[in-house]
Amino acid sequence: MSSSHTPQQAPYYYVPAPSTYPITGSIALFLFALGSVLTMNKISGGGFVLGAGLLVLFYMMYTWFGKVAQESEGGLYSKRVGVSFRWAMGWFIFSEVMFFAAFFGALFYARVLAMPDLASLEHQALLWPEAKALWPNAGPGYDGGPFSPMGAWGIPAINTLLLLTSGVTLTWAHHGLLHNNRGQLKLGLFLTIALGVVFLGFQGYEYAHAYSELNVKMTTGVFGSVFYMLTGFHGFHVTVGATMLIVILCRVLAGHFSPENHFGFEAVAWYWHFVDVVWLLLFVVVYWI
Amino acid sequence: MAAIPGGADHSHDHAHDHPSGFMRWVTTTNHKDIGSMYLWFSFAMFIVGGIMALVIRAELFQPGLQVVDPDRFNQMTTLHGLIMVFGAIMPAFVGFANWMIPLMIGASDMAFARMNNWSFWLLPPAAILLTSSLLVPGGAAASGWTLYPPLTVQMGIGMDMAIFAVHILGISSIMGSINIVTTILNMRAPGMTLMKMPLFCWTWLITAYLVIAVMPVLAGAVTMILTDRHFGTSFFNAAGGGDPVLYQHIFWFFGHPEVYIIAIPAFGVVSQVIPAFSRKPLFGYASMVYATSSIAILSFIVWAHHMYTVGMPVAGQLYFMFATMLIAIPTGVKVFNWVATMWRGSLSFETPMLFSIGFLFLFTLGGFSGLVLSMTAVDVQLHDSYYVVAHFHYVMVAGALFSAYAGAYYWLPKWTGHMYDEKLGKLHFWLSLIFFNMTFFVQHFLGLAGMPRRIPDYSLQFAEFNKISSIGAFGFGLSQLVFLVVVLKCLKGGEKASAKPWDGAEGLEWTVPSPAPHHTFEVPPVVK
Repeated sequence: MSSSHTPQQAPYYYVPAPSTYPITGSIALFLFALGSVLTMNKISGGGFVLGAGLLVLFYMMYTWFGKVAQESEGGLYSKRVGVSFRWAMGWFIFSEVMFFAAFFGALFYARVLAMPDLASLEHQALLWPEAKALWPNAGPGYDGGPFSPMGAWGIPAINTLLLLTSGVTLTWAHHGLLHNNRGQLKLGLFLTIALGVVFLGFQGYEYAHAYSELNVKMTTGVFGSVFYMLTGFHGFHVTVGATMLIVILCRVLAGHFSPENHFGFEAVAWYWHFVDVVWLLLFVVVYWI
Repeated sequence: MAAIPGGADHSHDHAHDHPSGFMRWVTTTNHKDIGSMYLWFSFAMFIVGGIMALVIRAELFQPGLQVVDPDRFNQMTTLHGLIMVFGAIMPAFVGFANWMIPLMIGASDMAFARMNNWSFWLLPPAAILLTSSLLVPGGAAASGWTLYPPLTVQMGIGMDMAIFAVHILGISSIMGSINIVTTILNMRAPGMTLMKMPLFCWTWLITAYLVIAVMPVLAGAVTMILTDRHFGTSFFNAAGGGDPVLYQHIFWFFGHPEVYIIAIPAFGVVSQVIPAFSRKPLFGYASMVYATSSIAILSFIVWAHHMYTVGMPVAGQLYFMFATMLIAIPTGVKVFNWVATMWRGSLSFETPMLFSIGFLFLFTLGGFSGLVLSMTAVDVQLHDSYYVVAHFHYVMVAGALFSAYAGAYYWLPKWTGHMYDEKLGKLHFWLSLIFFNMTFFVQHFLGLAGMPRRIPDYSLQFAEFNKISSIGAFGFGLSQLVFLVVVLKCLKGGEKASAKPWDGAEGLEWTVPSPAPHHTFEVPPVVK
């Protein structure tokens, strides 16, 4: 187990000085949780607490991540620390995969097990005479009027194309970084962000369309539930990914990253590709089949 | 970001501007400080959850309703479970991990010291949310710690507080586990190969993997409850095409590995203590690693044995029954190895060893009652009875808690620099052992006779055993104060501990002085 240092002679291990970032984050999440509870129960002042929590959270992230960028550019991170970052990002993405797995599991369970069960002879005879084992399905007790699911080959197909292209432009930007072609890096990052933002715009338009014309809502039974929760959490992750890419672009413009030392960029790229893969699964199982 | 500090900005150059007093603990990035905070926090939560258990046992002391109304009773069982699992046992073992893993693998600290601090400081907000929910209109969540819908979809604001507390606890334990995995995989001293690591590190590596895999699944499950409650979704509503049983599948996909998240670090501690007091290396080290890994993998594919009574195809029942029984094999390997480690060893029975042997007997008993419950036909009779309560308290209390005590007594000299009071330690063990069995052994009989759990009243024929159990519970609760006295005495003074107070102990943690200095292994040791 050799330890190769960067030219700046970074310490073998990096142990940061005592820090107030974590406690700031804890206060932020506490306010966020409390504010959410109050808001959801329509107690006055909830929105204020929630907003305060978010503000403190953004402040914490801005200062903490800024500090990490500073330490990285200051050469405090040895190769060994870089390996730690790589392990941690990989495991973090794994935890995200498992979070999505819960919702995909809910979709499969509803389609494959709950629907046929609700439409079984016993249930039809005793509980739900109208129940049918069809998908999409808003359940035998649904009374929100007819709805039609989102077709796969309109906006969702375009969105698939957008995200796949953004994966290519991001890799192109990475090659620019590796070959110290900063122009290619900036353009590639910009294109990736633009594609992500257009994706989100289409997604918003699709939601509006679904609400106003297709009559597919959060309340449209289990179909509406899995549709909005899966695509919604994915959209949230695209938003987070695009925000991180904007931060990376700002750092690039500030002259950060070198062909040898740019894990900040790579971590965000990993995250972006993960979000991309989740979309492909969504496209197939939510929209297509 | 114009001003970029030079490469000389090492942390130890900052030693002079370290905050002191309370802010030292709030801002610390030191794994030993953070480990100590985890251990104290978990003990405080153990007392809080223990008081809730005593409220339950006081109510069950005799038939009829005397102490609390049934709704409060349900809130007590719910919060007792949530607090003990997420607030007491898990943080206790994370505390051990923080303190001991860097010392055992020869690292100067955890891989991400600031994130380590955050993992800890997320616990108090979650604890505040959980405990203060007792005071809001409608009271705390009263559904049992499993939070099954449709009950949880109908409850009041306390349920929302529990959901967000679970979210925050999940963030905390995922970050803590990413830190542990990274530390173990990347921060080992030169020469410390994976198969040379102390078994405690192995068990934590596997546990951390389980945490990262299943805590997000729990987050998904409680998020679905939240949206069903407030945003009109129908995940768990049959009229909307959902299914309450879906929740149980998702929950137990988390919940069964969670059982091993609690048990596996306990295996790790015992695997350090038994060799030390047998003065022999651990028997079958490699097989211990493989057995632990097998238990972790099997834990993902047995979840529905918690749900035999909700309705399942016979093929499903058979599969989950046999898959569950398979777990007995790697567990048997481990028990065999612990016993074989003691075989012809030069045994001595200090408190850590006593707790380990107590663990060995009682955990095995809990494992056997688990094997009984794995049989579908039997479980349909015993489901949600006191037999189940007895079973999991044998593995949670006599398993995890006894092992945590074994670890605490074993490493107290390293942490404090003093030997603890051996007489008081032994008193603590014997009182705990006797009262534990008094509390929980009789609950097997109650369950077999048909007493349901989570009900504040019971039929008259259960009165005697409940009386015994309640007396035992109060005895057990009070005996835990002996431990507090031991720790406080040990912190204040006592016989000076040498670097290696246990002559049979092995490992890098015993090469540093006692108490372990604030910074250790700033230059990594070389392991041959």
